[in-house]
Amino acid sequence: MAWALSGILDLPCRFLWHDTTSLEDIQAVVLPGGFSYGDYLRCGALASLSPLLHAVHAFAADGGPVLGICNGFQVLTEMGLLPGALTRNQNLHFICEPCELVVSPGSCHLLKGYGDQERVQFPIAHGEGRYQCQADTLSELEQHGQLVLRYGHNPNGSILDVAGVCNRRGNVLGLMPHPERATDPLLGGIDGQRLLQSLLG
Amino acid sequence: MASTPASGAPAFDQAPPAIAAQVKQEGLTPEDYNEIVRRLGRHPNRAELGMFGVMWSEHCCYRNSRPLLGQFPTEGPRILVGPGENAGVVDLGEGHRLAFKIESHNHPSAVEPFQGAATGVGGILRDIFTMGARPMALLNALRFGPLEESRNAGLMEGVVAGIAHYGNCVGVPTVAGEVAFDPSYSGNPLVNAMALGLMETETIVRSGASGVGNPVVYVGSTTGRDGMGGASFASAELSEDSLDDRPAVQVGDPFLEKGLIEACLEAFQSGDVVAAQDMGAAGLTCSCAEMAAKGDLGIELDLDRVPARETGMTAYEFLLSESQERMLFVVQAGREEPLMQRFRRWGLQAAVVGRVLEEPVVRVLQNGAVAAEVPSRALAEDTPINRRELLSEPPAVVQQHWQWQESSLPALAAEAVEPTLLQLLDDPTIASKRWVWRQYDHQVQANTVVRPGGADAAVLRLRSQQEDDPQSSNQRGVAATVDCPNRWVALDPERGGMAAVAEAARNLSCVGAEPIAVTDNLNFPSPETPTGYWQLAMACRGLSEACRVLQTPVTGGNVSLYNDTRLPDGSIQPIQPTPVVGMVGLVDNINTLVGLAWPQPAPGVAGDYLVLLGLPLDTAQDDERLGLAGSSFLQVCHGLCTGRPPHTDLALEQQVQKAVRSGIRAGQITAAHDVSDGGLLVAVAEMAIAAGCGVQLSVPSAGRLERLLFAEGGARVVVSVPEDSWPALQAALQQAGCPLQALGRVQADPQLQLRVGDRDLLDVAIDALAHAHQQGLPRRLEQPALGHNG
Repeated sequence: MAWALSGILDLPCRFLWHDTTSLEDIQAVVLPGGFSYGDYLRCGALASLSPLLHAVHAFAADGGPVLGICNGFQVLTEMGLLPGALTRNQNLHFICEPCELVVSPGSCHLLKGYGDQERVQFPIAHGEGRYQCQADTLSELEQHGQLVLRYGHNPNGSILDVAGVCNRRGNVLGLMPHPERATDPLLGGIDGQRLLQSLLG
Repeated sequence: MASTPASGAPAFDQAPPAIAAQVKQEGLTPEDYNEIVRRLGRHPNRAELGMFGVMWSEHCCYRNSRPLLGQFPTEGPRILVGPGENAGVVDLGEGHRLAFKIESHNHPSAVEPFQGAATGVGGILRDIFTMGARPMALLNALRFGPLEESRNAGLMEGVVAGIAHYGNCVGVPTVAGEVAFDPSYSGNPLVNAMALGLMETETIVRSGASGVGNPVVYVGSTTGRDGMGGASFASAELSEDSLDDRPAVQVGDPFLEKGLIEACLEAFQSGDVVAAQDMGAAGLTCSCAEMAAKGDLGIELDLDRVPARETGMTAYEFLLSESQERMLFVVQAGREEPLMQRFRRWGLQAAVVGRVLEEPVVRVLQNGAVAAEVPSRALAEDTPINRRELLSEPPAVVQQHWQWQESSLPALAAEAVEPTLLQLLDDPTIASKRWVWRQYDHQVQANTVVRPGGADAAVLRLRSQQEDDPQSSNQRGVAATVDCPNRWVALDPERGGMAAVAEAARNLSCVGAEPIAVTDNLNFPSPETPTGYWQLAMACRGLSEACRVLQTPVTGGNVSLYNDTRLPDGSIQPIQPTPVVGMVGLVDNINTLVGLAWPQPAPGVAGDYLVLLGLPLDTAQDDERLGLAGSSFLQVCHGLCTGRPPHTDLALEQQVQKAVRSGIRAGQITAAHDVSDGGLLVAVAEMAIAAGCGVQLSVPSAGRLERLLFAEGGARVVVSVPEDSWPALQAALQQAGCPLQALGRVQADPQLQLRVGDRDLLDVAIDALAHAHQQGLPRRLEQPALGHNG
């Protein structure tokens, strides 16, 4: 993540320790992928309780941009910043492979660099990325254009092929695929650059 | 302390009857016991006996293989650390130093595949970061019995899920590997994990204790009763009863290990750490003994200060526990508090558990009394060696195999070429391993330049995570591969060992990398049978010879013996001997890499030339360097594993590999793939599948059709060459003495077409080939996996 942001895109970034409570000079928050606390319990459940993420709640409420990628998306749903949940992939296996996504940016600030129905390639790498939510939540999300990213070929059994969801205000985005792995030309594909660049306006 | 033996009769004979059972339980012999008594000048107590048991096991002291390992070449201009430390280290130039090592976790994986494989990954990573290197990649070499048996399919499911669980969670990409199948691995799978890391500290962290009075600090996880006696368990054959040994398998915590990596690298950079040793096999016993013996000093260890996860543990249990994610440091006196603070910040245990002694003993205290006291060298140095007699000629069964002749095969009919090719592509050993590597996060850390399956070796960009200016990252890379042609080794261990090294080097050369050094994992059956020892000795001879000629010194590795299964009828089933060669190489410029896929030409335009380097198609029938003996064709299509496998011509290997590397560097080669399992036609098919477009082959008729298309050996590489580079490359190859032969041309039409002489033998859709190749594993592993976290 740090490589994509500062190495490739020259966006200044720094890591915050989990017990930090101040986001004073921070302009945008990224909850990156990984395995917070090993994900031995429900993915993201323990991380969502850390002091830092209390601060992120307030940051998001003030309209600050918050991007959750993979484990970060799981954490956002555990925090209640985004609806729904991520459950075990339909085939029960971890899947790491390139993935085609269809973007419907709607009012999501972080996806403003993409055209409506634009097809992009971001890799996925997760064992628990199958998006689920209640039927009424789903229709609400659909109605408000919050199902902003869908898989071209559903890899994990997500409901309605959902790969990413934003909040109604459009400042909080969670997605299972990895845009930061689609920024370095050497590693194949730069479709993720526009998403990360939008973090700082 | 136990009593002093009476002089006269051997100690073992005088010992109480209960001792005999304990000696056996520790995997020791009566002779070992007598030697222990001689060294101590008294009988050992229970804890001491346990310490000797693990330290004198094959797993820890190589008591069977040490005399053979001595012949490996271990020195070279790039070798910074050779065998004997936690991992080897090589100099890649421009300030980059690479630590790497391979290790097996076979027996734990046989009884508990998920945790067995997972902790194998955790263990090899610790070997790397103990040296001061940040782990950058993982590879693995796996062997299973046929997937048609559900038990084997279950083992494979569990092993792959376990590797994925640990590697993905700890954040180190699993970038390459090999998986092969044979009935001899039923019930005794092989799980070898290799790790690579870039050094982050100025000085390489060593394991020898120094500085009398310096504190000994324990960091990482707590100690429990898990993994008791794993090293002794790893050094005995497997049977149905082995399932009762499940407590000997440890449970891994990759999240804790991630913290341990960060904390250790911080600690090493602080300069406070004098020596470090991870606690792997034989836990506290091994780490104390090794650190003390290497430093020619002593260590006092107070068990009451060791962070424990359960109460009431005996000294024996503390000393033999193989709880994971633990390390032992010798720290500069006075610096222990700040050091321990670092570990606590990462949520880890840290405690001063002892000190360095001048007197060269390992002294263990518990409840204020001495619970064990053993001279340091007695445990870790001068360990017993089982000297065995080498058969003066190959075992009868092997000699019988060598009598087999290709002429005994029925001739391959022209119309059988297509079904044979499809059958080979569907063979689990040859088939695509996508089912496996899709479960591994092979991209994390953002340096994986070549995706698994995309080339003959993995390639990672060399990028230090410490560099202040990330843009300064250079254009160099490291390539890595693991290889072992186990069928060949079974039929001729010396030739097989040579071929393993040659193939690893060839795989590196096929991406354009210069082979540098080797780590090897010798997976063998019991050395206590004449055949078993002969296999081990001859394979080591072949490995040594090839490493010497190809200038790839061995920097260390692992020996796993007693890979035998006791079948319910009492007979012993040995594995095919499997000396896995892990090799690393240097890529000068990652922008000139090539993979398997040749570039797609425009429709109707003839594409690149396809060229065979190495022994040509009309190689004489009696040339021992090429053939069907021990081949995939023979195994898959005729159900035979017999014959004398090809002799590896190391001089030819060097010529071909050098030519491939310089062709790639000069941009004259657009794709390269070595000819191995399945021979020439399978190699070309794999390239076509990767490219997604076709090729038109036209070759003169020469000898038997099956030999022409499916023979193995011959230092062969298939390359694609653009038309405008062809004259220059051809001239360069001829000048370098590298044999070459044009095979045909790439075409946009997605068909693999083959004309031999004036006969059209093949016109098959690439899609059909790809389907067979990609479905080979999934169709045999249809059962849904058991749920595991990750």
